[in-house]
Amino acid sequence: MGNVPTTVKHCLSYEQLIQDYPWLKRWLQEEKTITGHEYPDFVKIVEVGPRDGLQNEKEIVPTGVKIQLIDMLSGTGLPVIEATSFVSSKWVPQMADHSDVLRGIQRAPHVRYPVLTPNMQGFKDAVAAGATEVAVFGSASETFSKKNINCSIDESMLRFEEVINTAKEQQIPVRGYVSCALGCPHEGHIEPSKVSEVAKKLYAMGCYEISLGDTIGVGTPGSMLKMLQSVMEEVPAHALAVHCHDTYGQALPNILTALQMGVCVVDSAVAGLGGCPYAQGSSGNVSTEDVLYMLHGMGIETGVNLAKVIEAGDFICNALRRETNSKVAQATGRTL
Amino acid sequence: MATVMSLVNRRILSSAMGQKYVAYSSAAKAGVRAGQALPEKVKIVEVGPRDGLQNEKTIVPTETKIHLIDMLSATGLPVIEATSFVSPKWVPQMADQVEVMKGIGRKPGVSYPVLTPNLKGFQAALKAGASEVAIFGAASELFSKKNINCSVEESLQRFEVIMKAAKEAGVPVRGYVSCVLGCPYEGKVAPEKVAHVAKRLYSMGCYEISLGDTIGVGTPGSMIEMLEAVSKEVPVNALAVHCHDTYGQALANILIALQMGISVVDSSVAGLGGCPYAQGASGNVATEDVVYMLHGLGIQTGVDLSKLMDAGAYICRTLNRKTSSKVAQANCKL
Repeated sequence: MGNVPTTVKHCLSYEQLIQDYPWLKRWLQEEKTITGHEYPDFVKIVEVGPRDGLQNEKEIVPTGVKIQLIDMLSGTGLPVIEATSFVSSKWVPQMADHSDVLRGIQRAPHVRYPVLTPNMQGFKDAVAAGATEVAVFGSASETFSKKNINCSIDESMLRFEEVINTAKEQQIPVRGYVSCALGCPHEGHIEPSKVSEVAKKLYAMGCYEISLGDTIGVGTPGSMLKMLQSVMEEVPAHALAVHCHDTYGQALPNILTALQMGVCVVDSAVAGLGGCPYAQGSSGNVSTEDVLYMLHGMGIETGVNLAKVIEAGDFICNALRRETNSKVAQATGRTL
Repeated sequence: MATVMSLVNRRILSSAMGQKYVAYSSAAKAGVRAGQALPEKVKIVEVGPRDGLQNEKTIVPTETKIHLIDMLSATGLPVIEATSFVSPKWVPQMADQVEVMKGIGRKPGVSYPVLTPNLKGFQAALKAGASEVAIFGAASELFSKKNINCSVEESLQRFEVIMKAAKEAGVPVRGYVSCVLGCPYEGKVAPEKVAHVAKRLYSMGCYEISLGDTIGVGTPGSMIEMLEAVSKEVPVNALAVHCHDTYGQALANILIALQMGISVVDSSVAGLGGCPYAQGASGNVATEDVVYMLHGLGIQTGVDLSKLMDAGAYICRTLNRKTSSKVAQANCKL
């Protein structure tokens, strides 16, 4: 990290020291000095930059660049990297090269590479291209469901049931997403009970994990708390993840609230890739770098090397000819 | 090795602190804990016209400053830091301190504190009509020396002089402590040092102590540690947090502070003011984003968010820069 002031490196390097020598933390019994709240020991980061991020970028990214990005991310310690989406290229041209990407990446051991599969066709193509984990995308808002995937929530659940049952037969784990968990661009307020209804269905069908997405980033710790309280009555905390958008700058406090509620899986995108299609010019996904900085600062382990994620973020921002959305990357002098 | 030694020392110093991790409980209990004891009301101290503009490169004309403050006065903000009575040699942006102070329309019920680094500044402020002042200490020796050219102890002695004069004049004084979660020169700052400086300022007579994460390196982890140390010396209702968003941590840090009982938050309209220690990076947290979060939590602030965004839009147009507020960015396209 070239031009980072050495004193800031000192702050960051403490985390590095702990990462390199995990016994040091235990020796000093420094665990969990955060009084009054209980936090997970470890948080799993699900990196969605190559899929959710790039999908919402205007510039079409060449296949080679996508593959290089994923390979760089594979070297950071991230345990899950969402590689691509087997959706029709008619709808999402950015993901047209899904099979080439999946076949082209170097799969690191202990890293999972889920892909989106909106329907059976997508699922079959994904399996043919070597997918070993898939994801399905439901919505807590009827209007959003109709506008986004052209069918009602119930109809989409039937589609997903087919995918999940087939996946079960082939021992392929399925992750479920619920979008608009804290608000919808069309309907506005979304009842927490609706979110829990959809989450419950996906979980009951066999999704091993449900990622609750604040699709337009309007949520705050207040609405996050209420929504999680409702969902946790139906789905155990260990099977939940939060997918926060930073459109209103609320992502990190929302994630903090989720951690305090017992959630220990967080979705994020390197460099905060992906704008918001509902608020032109605004940001979308929360930056992986900023999430990591917060988690490491709280003594929560992730297994991820922040400096390497910053490098991957540099790479993709250069390729996209755009500035990073990550404040940590900006502060450590990684802008173009 | 130095790091290890400092960790060991910290461990010895803070033996009361090492609470072991306890397996977390059911959703209901967790829900209570996550939303626990948030204040009903939060006082926002708007520092845009002073801390914000002070860190902007473009020199802003006096009329613009006055108009900005007048717009902010109409938003419901209870406190607006108007200017700084520091030598224009050091801070050219604040050279028009007297004109600004005399030119603004003072809304009843709104406080307009000004910075006064020394007795001379205090006297000039009083003459220009100031009815509240603020003094700025540091938790880091190196920062104190580089920023105001004296040690922390020397600065506290200077402040005692101001406090005496302020008491005689019946003028309330707010105390700031900078570098509470990290220093650009020293790196990590001991929570005990922050507590020491905060205690001194409070004992001297400051009615409120604003704890500033000057370079924005803090996280909820370091924020809690620091607040625990400080709240042993200063009652929590006399504390405020002044978070910088340089590493994107400000709102998370503010949320933690609220959960610890803090109910005063400093912020800057449009997130004005970059960081002089990380070129191109942001500084103050944006008032719009703070208000959005607080209102979403059901916490009252008395602030009208849309009027606030108008003020932010105005100053950004004038400064010819983009807002640093995400709420403003998301809304302007709707």
